[in-house]
Amino acid sequence: MHEMSLAENVLQIIEDAAHQQGFTRVKTVWLEIGQLACVEQESLRFGFDVVTRGSIAEQARLEIIETAGQGRCEKCAQSFPLAALYEACPNCGSYDVKVTCGNGMRVKELEVE
Amino acid sequence: MCTTCGCGNGQTLIGGHALRQQRKLDGPMRFRSHDANADAPDVSTSRIVKLEQDLLAKNNGYAEANRRYLSAHGIFALNLMSSPGSGKTTLLVKTIAALNGTPPLAVIEGDQQTENDAARIRAAGAPAIQINTGKGCHLDAQMVGQAMQQLGLQDDSLLLIENVGNLVCPASFDLGEAHKVVILSVTEGEDKPLKYPDMFRAANMMLLNKCDLLPYLTFDADLAIEYARRINPALQVIRISATSGEGMPEWLEWIREGCRNAVAAKLEASLG
Repeated sequence: MHEMSLAENVLQIIEDAAHQQGFTRVKTVWLEIGQLACVEQESLRFGFDVVTRGSIAEQARLEIIETAGQGRCEKCAQSFPLAALYEACPNCGSYDVKVTCGNGMRVKELEVE
Repeated sequence: MCTTCGCGNGQTLIGGHALRQQRKLDGPMRFRSHDANADAPDVSTSRIVKLEQDLLAKNNGYAEANRRYLSAHGIFALNLMSSPGSGKTTLLVKTIAALNGTPPLAVIEGDQQTENDAARIRAAGAPAIQINTGKGCHLDAQMVGQAMQQLGLQDDSLLLIENVGNLVCPASFDLGEAHKVVILSVTEGEDKPLKYPDMFRAANMMLLNKCDLLPYLTFDADLAIEYARRINPALQVIRISATSGEGMPEWLEWIREGCRNAVAAKLEASLG
């Protein structure tokens, strides 16, 4: 349940941006969360609701954009969609797979006023 | 505060002292009101602010600072992670006894509550500091940085960080360590690496612990290692038992080699 810490990080990024860019209310937050990022989206939504109470992002809409996992086989160099970390290369069956996409977590943008 | 597992901020203690926050997250934020400042943007108009900021950037910044400090002082740091009850603390106690002061070492203990583990480590003869995460489920790099300061680490030493017993959350938080070590005990299931892949992906070394119990169990050690290497083909594995001493020489040599490399890298950096 590190999603609570992640939600606190989201709020801190928002508050830092508010200081720098002078907005006073956040209406929508777009997060980009990788499919392989070890994040439970419902827990993150719950954490976001809790930590934003009384902040400039209170009642902000949270939009989570899930980015698909992608891997590249280190043996045969094939790239393929990767839904879980334990999947083998569909081309050669090797488990030596490097995650090339879908393990990141970012605050993408905000709608503010 | 999370009502699922109780995670949250504000109750972290490091050696009994509260964590120093750079800025209080839940403190009142002061902003100029629209009326008070004619230069402020029109609040009735929404606009989009592009950020593209990594959620773990703050932790990663603290972790990099820890890593710089550790490498500048020739300190080899390991982050030990496992589920509760895998035998981490017993393994640490045996490791401390076997190393017998060479290299000098210190321990950071992470648990939600109690000083029990730090007390066990001190009784084994090593300086230790306890981080109580309160309701938090993992150590982060800021806590570890402050614990490192309080411990007063020796140059050219070993730092062992025992993370909170949890196979999920600690995997995402870099502490500035040289290696993450995951401990799996044979009293767990062989398929734990598949069930908790992030942890086994993040680690460089797996200790398969309590191997002295294998004759009494149906646990298939080869299968557990195969599963772990499906997740992480480069994972090093040592079959070990803190009780019988099996695998301890290999583990101690791996630690000593890491320490020698850390000292050598420090000297090289100071000459370069």
